[in-house]
Amino acid sequence: MTYAIEARHVEKRYGTLRALADVSLDVAQGEFFGLLGPNGAGKTTLISIIAGLTQASAGEVRVMGADVTLEYRRSRRMLGVVPQELVFDPFFTVRETLRIQSGYFGMRANDAWIDEVMHHLDLGASADSNMRTLSGGMKRRVLVAQALVHRPPVIVLDEPTAGVDVGLRQGLWRFIRRLNRDGHTVVLTTHYLEEAEELCDRIAMLKAGRVVALDSTRNLLEQFSGLLLRLRLDRDSLPGGLAAEVLARDGASFALRLRDYNALEQVLHRVREAGATIKELELEPPDLEEVFLRVMDKH
Amino acid sequence: MGGFLSLLYKELLRFWKVGFQTLAAPVLTVLLYLVVFAYALDGRMRFYEQVSYAQFLVPGLVMMSVLQNAFANSSSSLIQSKVTGNLVFMMLSPISYVEFFGAYVLAAMLRGLLVGACVLLVTVWFVELRLAAPLWVLAFALLGSAILGALGLFAAIWADRFDQIASFQNFVILPLTFLSGVFYSIRALPEVWQTVSHLNPFFYMIDGFRYGFFGVSDFPPLASLAVVAVSFALLSAACLLMLRSGYKLRQ
Repeated sequence: MTYAIEARHVEKRYGTLRALADVSLDVAQGEFFGLLGPNGAGKTTLISIIAGLTQASAGEVRVMGADVTLEYRRSRRMLGVVPQELVFDPFFTVRETLRIQSGYFGMRANDAWIDEVMHHLDLGASADSNMRTLSGGMKRRVLVAQALVHRPPVIVLDEPTAGVDVGLRQGLWRFIRRLNRDGHTVVLTTHYLEEAEELCDRIAMLKAGRVVALDSTRNLLEQFSGLLLRLRLDRDSLPGGLAAEVLARDGASFALRLRDYNALEQVLHRVREAGATIKELELEPPDLEEVFLRVMDKH
Repeated sequence: MGGFLSLLYKELLRFWKVGFQTLAAPVLTVLLYLVVFAYALDGRMRFYEQVSYAQFLVPGLVMMSVLQNAFANSSSSLIQSKVTGNLVFMMLSPISYVEFFGAYVLAAMLRGLLVGACVLLVTVWFVELRLAAPLWVLAFALLGSAILGALGLFAAIWADRFDQIASFQNFVILPLTFLSGVFYSIRALPEVWQTVSHLNPFFYMIDGFRYGFFGVSDFPPLASLAVVAVSFALLSAACLLMLRSGYKLRQ
């Protein structure tokens, strides 16, 4: 089966700076894929190369099997990109903007679909407002609508929820999830890791232009994260020989990282052996933020 | 083809929406030139027999507005898109670099020609004109507006900021237009400056355009047309090469 996105040994140099170094990854059709990394890791550069906004210095990228430079017309038709910057053309209304964008893709008489997209993004009431007069959140919705006017099978969202209020964020994810359920492939970059954890099937983490982790969200959580145990005892010392790493202590309260539930049993056993009493106990499941920090630390 | 038409439509809608600035303002400017120069100098200057100074001046002013507005359209539109970032919407689309070039240049031509036509319509109320060879008028208007549309595109691809476009306009376009024989015949100049004027491609556009009205010119019209056509071909090739390589637009 053709991959939605296929990147092979992609490199991007700006003078002596290597923005991307030997990046290879595949995104399967229908996947909800997360691209994570700190600022300057190369996420936007990679997206720009996929979209044809930037030319790779080496390597090749395909969208639904179409090479982004050799078959750029086909690859761009397959792709809808929501850029990170809040950009707009101040001359036009929302509807004009969407009609023009749809025309760029050779789609005329596309009003039925444009109306549907506007409806789902709550843009209907602003259809005839000039772009200049819209709030930041509304402009963001238009950006999403512009990426969807040509019904692309692959949708890339570059930090779509940066600076967006909770209501819009939830509405936006409902809509994107629906598109994903309908078969669209979604690639997302975000700084909100709980969003990525909740939405993405698979995640790639970038650091300094390299892929440092690439796996399913579940595997990443299991492999890197472990459990966080918060414990308060009747004394301010822990028994020795615990199969856990002490992350923090404050008087009789301790935060421990456990590899798995077996380690929990061992800790409880030692506590009982030492004759200590547990006053409070809290167990937190693994989260992506922890995984992210660990991966970034390791590389 | 669909992408090309949409981009063309966008460019036309853009200047149409600010028509007061893009159409009415240049017409007023030309009328002011006409009043000041024609009334101040009429009767004192005559470059061709049978042609009064005011009559001589009108085609020059019409062509000047065609050229300046064609340049203004493509250059200001593209630099605005670059600086504000909305260029990304065109760059994300499957529009080819040839379609991109064609749409910008054609929109610039249409704006230039529309302004030129308005200027002509207004001035014929004040100055009686004949049309000795209308096809020459059309040929030079089309090619002249195409050259300046392509030049505007060239400047905006190269420029990173608004002030660089303004400099281009003030230090290249304006001197070349004013020294091209809009307000005088270069035969009235000392020989050195006549030679220098022949190096200015704008001279051939103005002179050839004027030939279409009066049937007389400083330079043979067919030769002028050849110079203008070659200029357009060279400039277009430069633009297309820049666009194909992604110079400054797809880094």
